[in-house]
Amino acid sequence: MVKSVIYSIKSPYRQSMDIVGYTFGDGENPEKSCCIIGALRGTEIQQMAICAQLVDALKRLETKGCIAKNKSVTVIPCANYYSMNIGKRLWTMDNTDINRMFPGYDSGETTQRIADGLFKGIKDYVYGIQMTSFYLEGEFLPHAKIMEIEDPKVTGKGIGENLADFGLPYGLIRKPRPYDTATLNYNWQIWGCRAFSLFTTYTERIGAKSAQTAANAVLRFLIANGILNHSLHKGSHTRVLNEDEIRHVHTRGAGIIKKRVSVGDEVGEGDLLCEIMHPLEGNIIDRIISPIDGTVFFSYDKQLVMERTDIFKIIPFGL
Amino acid sequence: MIKTVSTAALPVTENLIIQKNRVENNAGGKRVCIVTGTHGDELEGQYVCARLAKLLSDEKRKLSGTVDIYPALNPLGIDSIIRGFPMFNLDMNRIFPGSSSGSLAEAAAHDIISDIEGADMCVDIHSSNIFLREIPQVRISEQTEKELLPYALKLNADLVWIHAAATVLESTLAHTLNARGVKTLVVEMGVGMRITSDYCEQLLTGILNLLRELGVWSGEAGEARNPVISKDRSVGFVNSDAAGIFIPKTVHGSYVKSGEVIGSVLDPLTGVVVEDALSPCDGLLFTLREYPVVFGGSLLARIMGVERDG
Ligand SMILES: [Zn+2]
Repeated sequence: MVKSVIYSIKSPYRQSMDIVGYTFGDGENPEKSCCIIGALRGTEIQQMAICAQLVDALKRLETKGCIAKNKSVTVIPCANYYSMNIGKRLWTMDNTDINRMFPGYDSGETTQRIADGLFKGIKDYVYGIQMTSFYLEGEFLPHAKIMEIEDPKVTGKGIGENLADFGLPYGLIRKPRPYDTATLNYNWQIWGCRAFSLFTTYTERIGAKSAQTAANAVLRFLIANGILNHSLHKGSHTRVLNEDEIRHVHTRGAGIIKKRVSVGDEVGEGDLLCEIMHPLEGNIIDRIISPIDGTVFFSYDKQLVMERTDIFKIIPFGL
Repeated sequence: MIKTVSTAALPVTENLIIQKNRVENNAGGKRVCIVTGTHGDELEGQYVCARLAKLLSDEKRKLSGTVDIYPALNPLGIDSIIRGFPMFNLDMNRIFPGSSSGSLAEAAAHDIISDIEGADMCVDIHSSNIFLREIPQVRISEQTEKELLPYALKLNADLVWIHAAATVLESTLAHTLNARGVKTLVVEMGVGMRITSDYCEQLLTGILNLLRELGVWSGEAGEARNPVISKDRSVGFVNSDAAGIFIPKTVHGSYVKSGEVIGSVLDPLTGVVVEDALSPCDGLLFTLREYPVVFGGSLLARIMGVERDG
């Protein structure tokens, strides 16, 4: 294992923030096979913890000679501990989001420089995996996602092909929206790297089981792509689908949520998903029912909801 | 007349309400929209809207058409000094055109676009953030230059910045409206969380000028000044490589010489100057850092390359 500083930033009142990468695999000038990145935001504690688990696992596997010849893997658990250490999600000083700054700019503002420094260090990998959090607070079924980008450098493989390598129950293909174009994964893909986002159940809390699921998914991916020689149970069968096949269920009224189903539950069309209670008077003001037969894939986990909140996402049963 | 543009229920009792003030005389004339407050920490537009609403209402007979004034596209954000759309962690200017079936924020964006659509002209007023002070400037993209530059010149700005297109900007209010045939000019001026009344008065003159040009206003407007236009000029960026506190040595909006010290970064512990920020070119100092604490990489100034010839 080689520990190196990928990028470092100076602050006037704190120690410099060193973004540290851990690289596994030896040999002369090995292929840059896979880069795994954890937290870009200060709240992505689960994402950092998954990477920490991976560093620990890869350390042991490397001693046993399990990293394939001429391959290498780099893990960057946390690219924003300045924010993490003070309990902020976005950048400490100006509330910008590092994951909206790629490919970065070396003479730009601080987070543009961080994105640039980081990207220069990681852009040449064959595969990229980012542990990601979602802007809506909620629970997901663990899944991998890739953006559908028409790029000559990424053809040769079907866009959804590697999604099954993680052995997670779902693999999603996303059509990028304009705001995606400044994310790490979009730019990774533009650069010719096959980049995936792994979504785990939680963000700020560490779910031991889901962290283990994610860490195993990464190891399985490394095995499937000949980067790691090791054996691990196969994981789940992966159902690959387009993100827009998922049905979103919105609230109509606002108030306190009383949920009747959880993530992973199978529901039938017409089943009660949740009730909305009047926040001051306690009567039920709305009952939200499932529009389809399917599996609850996402569930909003705040107590209060406003109108039009995406409270559930349901994956229709496969044909 | 106060009208509701969008409304939605918040969890406890309250509704989010986006409003506009419609000032109208001879409804058959052109319609111009003045919008601001997409970013909750930008307040310069508040005073411009307030001044404009009062002035037009008091002298309505000089109006021939409709002026819709939207001071707060993100009312929850302005009310709580949150730049983005509260509860969504989203920049509201990255979700246009929105969607009627989307989240509350997307539905609000959709309602705003639907309300403005069909207007002849729109001015979207932004402040800078709390870190940088900007001279009054109009920003238009290269694609819209031909169509929008003549109107941008009416706005009494000191600078017109014609910028390259970027995919990420396709979800802004201005891009969406321009694509739908509403000529939309973006104004950026002053600093976040503050009102610079001189700039507001300067832009007010510009807006009245624009309204006159469009035949919507027959009252006084004053002459629009000749702005510097960025086309074929270089922009010099001055970033700090060191960390510390920034003390400016120049006047914002003035002309500087190549190599001139724009300001210094000091180490607050020792008082030692850790960096002198030098201008990379001769030109107009149109951006100057307002917020003193700087990291490695913080933007300190921008200079529009201009030969000073009067
Ligand atoms: Zn703004």
